[in-house]
Amino acid sequence: MNFGEFTQSRTRRTLSAGGRVLRLLGLDGLLTGLLALIVCLGVLVVYSASGQNLKMVEHHLINIAIAVATMIALARLATPQNLRLFAPVAYAIGVGLLVVVAVTGHIGKGAQRWLDIGFMRFQPSEIMKLAVPMICAWYMHERPLPPTFKDLIVMALLIAVPTAMIVVQPDLGTALLIAASGLIVMLLAGMSFLIIVISIPLLAGAAWAGWHVIHEYQRQRILTFLNPENDPLGAGYHIIQSQIAIGSGGVFGKGYMNGSQAQLEFLPERSTDFIFAVIGEEFGLLGQLLLLTLYGIVIARALYLAMQGQDTFARLTGGAIALSFFVYAFVNSGMVSGILPVVGVPLPLISYGGTSMVTLLAGFGILMALHSHRRLIGS
Amino acid sequence: MVNRVRIKDHWAEQRIFTLRSIVAGVLVVALLLTVAGRLFYLQVLRYDYYAELSQGNRVRTEPVPPSRGLILDRHGVVLAENRPAFQLELVREQVGDMQAVDAALGELVAIGLLRREEVAGIRRTVQLHKVYESVPIKLQLDDDEMALFAVHRWKFTGVDIHARLARYYPLREIAVHAIGYVSAINDEDLKNIDSTEYAGTSLIGKVGVEGAYEAQLHGKPGFREILVNAAGRPVDKQGNYAPQLSSRAPVAGTDLVLGLDIRVQKIAEEALAGKRGAVVAMDPRSGDVIAMASTPAFDPNDFVRGLSVEHYNALQNDIDKPLLNRALRGAYPPGSTVKPLYALGAQVYGVMTPEQTEFCPGFFQLRGSSNKYRDDKHHGTLNMRQAIAESCDVYFYKVAEKMGISRMDEFMKAFGYGSLTGIDIPGEKAGLYASPEWKKRNFKHAADQVWFPGETISMGIGQGPITVTPLQQVHFAAEIAERGRTVAIPRLVTATRAAGSDVVTPREATFLPPVNLGTPAQWSVIYDGMIGATTMPGATAYQAMHGAKYAVAGKTGTAQVFTIKQTENTRAKITDERRRDHAWFIAYAPAEDPKIAVAVLVENGGFGGATAAPIARKVLDAYLLPEDTP
Repeated sequence: MNFGEFTQSRTRRTLSAGGRVLRLLGLDGLLTGLLALIVCLGVLVVYSASGQNLKMVEHHLINIAIAVATMIALARLATPQNLRLFAPVAYAIGVGLLVVVAVTGHIGKGAQRWLDIGFMRFQPSEIMKLAVPMICAWYMHERPLPPTFKDLIVMALLIAVPTAMIVVQPDLGTALLIAASGLIVMLLAGMSFLIIVISIPLLAGAAWAGWHVIHEYQRQRILTFLNPENDPLGAGYHIIQSQIAIGSGGVFGKGYMNGSQAQLEFLPERSTDFIFAVIGEEFGLLGQLLLLTLYGIVIARALYLAMQGQDTFARLTGGAIALSFFVYAFVNSGMVSGILPVVGVPLPLISYGGTSMVTLLAGFGILMALHSHRRLIGS
Repeated sequence: MVNRVRIKDHWAEQRIFTLRSIVAGVLVVALLLTVAGRLFYLQVLRYDYYAELSQGNRVRTEPVPPSRGLILDRHGVVLAENRPAFQLELVREQVGDMQAVDAALGELVAIGLLRREEVAGIRRTVQLHKVYESVPIKLQLDDDEMALFAVHRWKFTGVDIHARLARYYPLREIAVHAIGYVSAINDEDLKNIDSTEYAGTSLIGKVGVEGAYEAQLHGKPGFREILVNAAGRPVDKQGNYAPQLSSRAPVAGTDLVLGLDIRVQKIAEEALAGKRGAVVAMDPRSGDVIAMASTPAFDPNDFVRGLSVEHYNALQNDIDKPLLNRALRGAYPPGSTVKPLYALGAQVYGVMTPEQTEFCPGFFQLRGSSNKYRDDKHHGTLNMRQAIAESCDVYFYKVAEKMGISRMDEFMKAFGYGSLTGIDIPGEKAGLYASPEWKKRNFKHAADQVWFPGETISMGIGQGPITVTPLQQVHFAAEIAERGRTVAIPRLVTATRAAGSDVVTPREATFLPPVNLGTPAQWSVIYDGMIGATTMPGATAYQAMHGAKYAVAGKTGTAQVFTIKQTENTRAKITDERRRDHAWFIAYAPAEDPKIAVAVLVENGGFGGATAAPIARKVLDAYLLPEDTP
């Protein structure tokens, strides 16, 4: 028992009360502290970005409570073994729910992606954000690294099925993130860099094919990304207003709750996908660099914990969670600042919205569980 | 094929993962630095650009229209003022695209607030407006219209009622031809004005003092920066955000003081009531116009509100021409009112002496012609004074015959016949004083260019190719009153007053060079003749001026109506009444120290002494006698 091990070690180390609680819960102190810091900053920003809407802040806090509870529960209760055993189940449930959504799903924001389970609505695609890297890690766990070509094909299929279902929902952003999370496992598992080089022309071909499959609005988003000024009041409006918000913030920002772009609603989706621009406007370059730095430390710490994983499943899952977090942060900050196309990806741990918060903290819960329970392996 | 069994090498696998993680870590740092670089570009390198865009987003500059200058009469009676009025305005950006605008206008037609024919014009104005400018679409809503809009208000975004200052003429049609009016700025006006000076203003002076003094009356608009949200709605502040907003107060237009005495003006208009005609009264010493009436008139407030097409056409096509300012633009043969100046000319050129008598048999014949120029009666033997007082045509036929057209032309033009008086409101007509040269210039065919001796004779009694306006007539009367020594240019605006101040700044009167014609003795003959016309029993204006408490020098005129233009519209209404002569009377008083000159015209009024002179008497009484004189 982990608990027993902890009590034994008590004599060897002097732990503060907080440290004891963290150990008890299976949490990593540094990572938890960083996550808490980012989430708290998020609450402040949401209060400003929502136009001082206390109802939204309250809702945001409830979401955080659910997410934190999920993270602690996973960190405390999950073990590498039961997580590995659960991976195929989670994947199967996720795919099943995607089918359900495709058939009966509610229409939310013009896309069939929500599932109503009475007390709350959630997106089955969120499950896949964790289930896809886990299933890939589960698959590689029994096999020697690096993966063979056959292994890669199998993993590609495991990734492609849910990804394709999410693309047709249509939710291009989430689909790309899920595909990325699976691809990260393949890369961390040691997939030959040669394959990456070879796959570039293949990806180009796929992109060409994809161009004809995706929805018109998604095509518009890409075209608008390439030249937002073409349609300043239509498709380009988001990105233009977002860059104005960031640029006008300058080095030090306009001050908390003083961002005219955000407060006067020129900035669309100011408390969700474009909240990074609110930070830029009100806290300036320094505020945004601070956040990116915090993200960087979180990713570094998460990768460090993953490296200490004692089996393939633990390492690959942990690494994928760490790097997926980076992808979310990069894609969101990149799109809001205008170097990536606008895909609906929230800013991790900051944006208003429960689903993403729960998924991310659940991921860190799993990461920390894999780390804190690692000594049981082989014992 | 050899099926190689691969065994898991934990250390090797851990190395792979660690290596890959480090590569990933480097990639993470590189990509985060890329984002940081982009942020540096936006927030440091292009800060100024985006800061300006952000400022432009949230702050809108709204024009604050100036308050138009008031128009006052010489005693401070308000003739034109500004009253709050409610108007319906539309902001295109709030309504949506032009389709949405069309839908909104259609809805306004459907609920009865707009007429269908107005829509096209409004649509054009909406398209021409500046971004976020509020475009007036219906001026001066009455209570019923306000209530009607209130009921349907929920159907409209971007259309709302605003309180603005609108021009109001409390005396309605009184002096409308002098004051003029303002009405909606049209495409033609837009070509002549700096539209930034008229931001937020929907009315502009069109005619009269309102038109001529537009620049002074209008003032300078101010502006006010307002905070708007993304929907374009003005907000006080959003969140913590309450920026410093600048504004500049508008500068109100200058108040204008007119020489008009509104009491005299009203009496003139009452005297003209029911007639088509004009009265102009002027101070001969300064040119200050004391009264300027033209009837029929119209209510200028209708123009401020905006006339319907039918209403405007009705005014425009009215056979009595209410929109015509007869005082300035009505040109009529002067008839016998020309005689005093001819009498002076006859003396100046030495063709007649005052005491020389002529015999009037009731008609005149040119040598070698059987054509008889008739007089209205058999005057017998008269000298120059009597000829003026009794207005003998035969005497002046002889004067004309002896002077000849070129000397007549030279002499009369020195007094301003055929020239504009230069009054300070636009639209004045110059009338006509024809001559052989004029005929050569204005007719193409040789047959039309021939000057007939009979034309000279006709012009001797103010008939034929000679026309004058009532304004010119008062100008001539003033010249005679001043004996040519003072020739003041008529003017309506005599002083200005900065808005909100009590300090009235008089404007200098302007003068033409004196007319140095005639000796005092020669002028006194004219004077005697014109006094005689009002005082000698049986003289032309004796009846009208009998019992006046001051001396009046006057001259009647009766101008024949030669032709009446017949059009489809007017033919049916042409009656014998419209074939009657036009009645004239010019005068000045007190004769020995002239303070007022007056000209009265009554279209188809018949004999000047009977119709026009009594009107002049009322005007003179009103101006010269204390107000309570019975």
